Amino acid sequence: MGKYIIKRLLISVVILFFVAFIIYALMRALPTSYVENMARQKSMQPGSKSFEEWMEQLTAAYNMDKGLILGFFGWLGNMLKGNFGDSWRWTVPVVEKFHDTVWLSFVMGAISFVLELLIAIPLGIIAATKQYSKADYTISVIALAGISLPTFFFASLLKLLFSVKLGWFDLYGLVGRNYNQLDAFGQILDKAHHLVLPIITLVVVSMGSLMRYTRTNMLEVLNADYIRTARAKGLPEKKVIYRHAFRNTLIPLVTIIGGSLPGLFSGALITETLYSIPGIGFASYESMIAGDIPFSMFYMVFCAILTLLGNLLSDILYAVVDPRVRIA
Amino acid sequence: MKKDNTAPSENKKTNYSLNDDRRVKVLSPGALVAKRFFRNRLAVTGLVVLIAMFAFSFIGGMVSPYKQDQKFYRVDQQSKAYAGVVRNEEWRYTVNDAEQFTGVVQAQTFLAITKNAAEFSYRDTDYTLEKLADDIYAVRTGGALIGIATKEVVSSSTSNEKFSFDFTYNALLAKATKAASFTSEGKTYTLDADGVVYDGGEEVAYVSEYIVRAVMGDVFLSRDFKTQLVDALEAEQAEFTYTEADGSASEYVLTYNAGTKSWDVMKETDTTVFDTYAAPTKEHWLGTDRNGMDMLTRLMYGGRVSLIIGFIVVFIESIIGVIMGGISGYFGGWVDNLIMRIVDVFYCIPSMPVIIILGAAMDAANVESSIRMLYLMLILGFFGWAGTARLVRGQILSLREQEFMTATEACGISVKRRIFKHLIPNVIPQLIVVMTMGLGGTIITEATLSFLGLGVRFPFASWGNIINDVNNVFVLTHYWNIWIPAGVLLLMTVLAFNIVGDGLRDAFDPKMKR
Repeated sequence: MGKYIIKRLLISVVILFFVAFIIYALMRALPTSYVENMARQKSMQPGSKSFEEWMEQLTAAYNMDKGLILGFFGWLGNMLKGNFGDSWRWTVPVVEKFHDTVWLSFVMGAISFVLELLIAIPLGIIAATKQYSKADYTISVIALAGISLPTFFFASLLKLLFSVKLGWFDLYGLVGRNYNQLDAFGQILDKAHHLVLPIITLVVVSMGSLMRYTRTNMLEVLNADYIRTARAKGLPEKKVIYRHAFRNTLIPLVTIIGGSLPGLFSGALITETLYSIPGIGFASYESMIAGDIPFSMFYMVFCAILTLLGNLLSDILYAVVDPRVRIA
Repeated sequence: MKKDNTAPSENKKTNYSLNDDRRVKVLSPGALVAKRFFRNRLAVTGLVVLIAMFAFSFIGGMVSPYKQDQKFYRVDQQSKAYAGVVRNEEWRYTVNDAEQFTGVVQAQTFLAITKNAAEFSYRDTDYTLEKLADDIYAVRTGGALIGIATKEVVSSSTSNEKFSFDFTYNALLAKATKAASFTSEGKTYTLDADGVVYDGGEEVAYVSEYIVRAVMGDVFLSRDFKTQLVDALEAEQAEFTYTEADGSASEYVLTYNAGTKSWDVMKETDTTVFDTYAAPTKEHWLGTDRNGMDMLTRLMYGGRVSLIIGFIVVFIESIIGVIMGGISGYFGGWVDNLIMRIVDVFYCIPSMPVIIILGAAMDAANVESSIRMLYLMLILGFFGWAGTARLVRGQILSLREQEFMTATEACGISVKRRIFKHLIPNVIPQLIVVMTMGLGGTIITEATLSFLGLGVRFPFASWGNIINDVNNVFVLTHYWNIWIPAGVLLLMTVLAFNIVGDGLRDAFDPKMKR
């Protein structure tokens, strides 16, 4: 097991290296107008250096003066030293902006993830146990509708209904107008209030696939021989489903849930942007639009690490949860 | 395999012998799949919706009487600043000798008038002030007339031209002294009680305490208009209608501005504007959008773009995925390892951020809308093939070990043929399912990008960039006809693709019970 994990980690590092290189190459291929703009702005300031000097200094600061390969290794070296550079868009160190935003995204992601589990798994199991019934069809269509629902359209509908027509929530932002006048508890409540719509959006849009996954796996388990044996023994149907079938359905579920845990840190890019929630997704979206290379690079590499971590975690969990699986 | 299309009825059954093949209805695998698919009511509903969407998008665009970028106009009443009226209560100075009668001297004149002084001096020069009549003073220095101070002004009746000092002076003097005529530059003019100056029988100017000026320099305000306007002002009307000589009437709105002690005259004019955000009518069933284009037609063309992009992207993904997955699964070993690591790399690249960045870069480079669409498809396809490759490889790994593959090897069929003629066709069912589901996903991705303004761009319509209008909160709240239909179409199309994909998966699965 330990050997397997080490092997996987090493492969992941190699993959990460190439992912980072591709991302770096893409970034370098972008029109460098942002650096030029920044140099121009800085050279406009009174008593400043000339545009050419600024340009030279900035390109050197971002390893843009070297070739693609050398520049990449320069960047990689800085990364490994923990020097992630300064964000252009936010004018603070990348790590600082990351710390400011990531926890909000994590809280939002975690709450919606828990809700998603609480809704999707029971519904999936109901659908599977009553296959081809009306309940099954309804749940299947709801799950498919959730998958098919474009986030931005659903968010707009929610805004129209709950923010505009009913006036229960604000249209944008994380805090209300009188946030600074509230006491500590009131501030938490205010933030929670503003997170309701984004969390609903996230849950509805992402619960469909988990629902279907639960249903498919539950069906597979229900067709297994040991379930037939359990029924043949004359066990009550409740016991068959919740003791024998459900526990075996948990194997794939735990794997997929474990695998999606790291993803909670990557933030919800679209949802956060739609509601202007200052999490990591919204921050990175703003950075990308503004051509902020250091922050975007950092975010994308971070996402890649999370994906790799998720895959690794789900493979390990698979082996841990299911004794039949042996890892070479 | 024998096919019997005529369903054997109960009576005919007896005609066949017991071991006759025709007693059993035999269907090809394809027909079986179709049969299972069409028995699934949900999937058939999805198929019908899809067909309707295709008809809407591809035939609808042809049937629609409008083009996708055809703009519509409407005539709107707009208030435009037309003229300003000042009632003169201050002293006005008419200058004869500009070098002598400067602004400072005019101010000194004003002081002298208020003090009732007959003379004043400024910078060693003495000026005399002579009251010619009520509200008219003449300013002289060294005997020469340098200017006059009056409360009334002389305006031309026919044009915006200015009169000479002599004419102005004499006209004002005549008005103030209530003379019936005056002489200026050798010509004799008559003057009536209203202050209108005639040259012979022809009206040339008038003297009035109101100053009416057009806002636009090229507009000449006729004497008649001014008189009626002043009458309306004196009657304290808020609106008045003036009928031009040619019979066309215009509405004017009069507002008094206390700050500048003047009246603003706004003319209600008909202006042609883009028919933006029109409500649904008979001509435009869903109204018009931000640019005054027909919404329904935009929706049709938008569907076309969304569907075409979806198909091309999925096609690109499948081609790359099948080739990479096929090679990887068939050869195994280091080739498999290498390709699978490439797949891992592509799987790891966060595609949405990359696409957003490339979209922003295309913004910066001002890429033309049609080229942009092409790039968008290539990018989406290029970053989406990893999943297909994994699926194909997995399938081929198991198929490779089966007997029919040993048979192809024994027959000496070339490797290329073995992969693409014997292995890939066996992957096709799963591939079709994944492609159908992928179409829905791609359409959502494209719509999301277009919604963020990074995908399909104006003048091309796409369902995503139609909904983009809700970023304007006023559209979100007031013009549901702009964005709800596009969202519903988008949802229905993607849902239909997913349902059909689901139905196909069940139909392809021979283990399926129903």
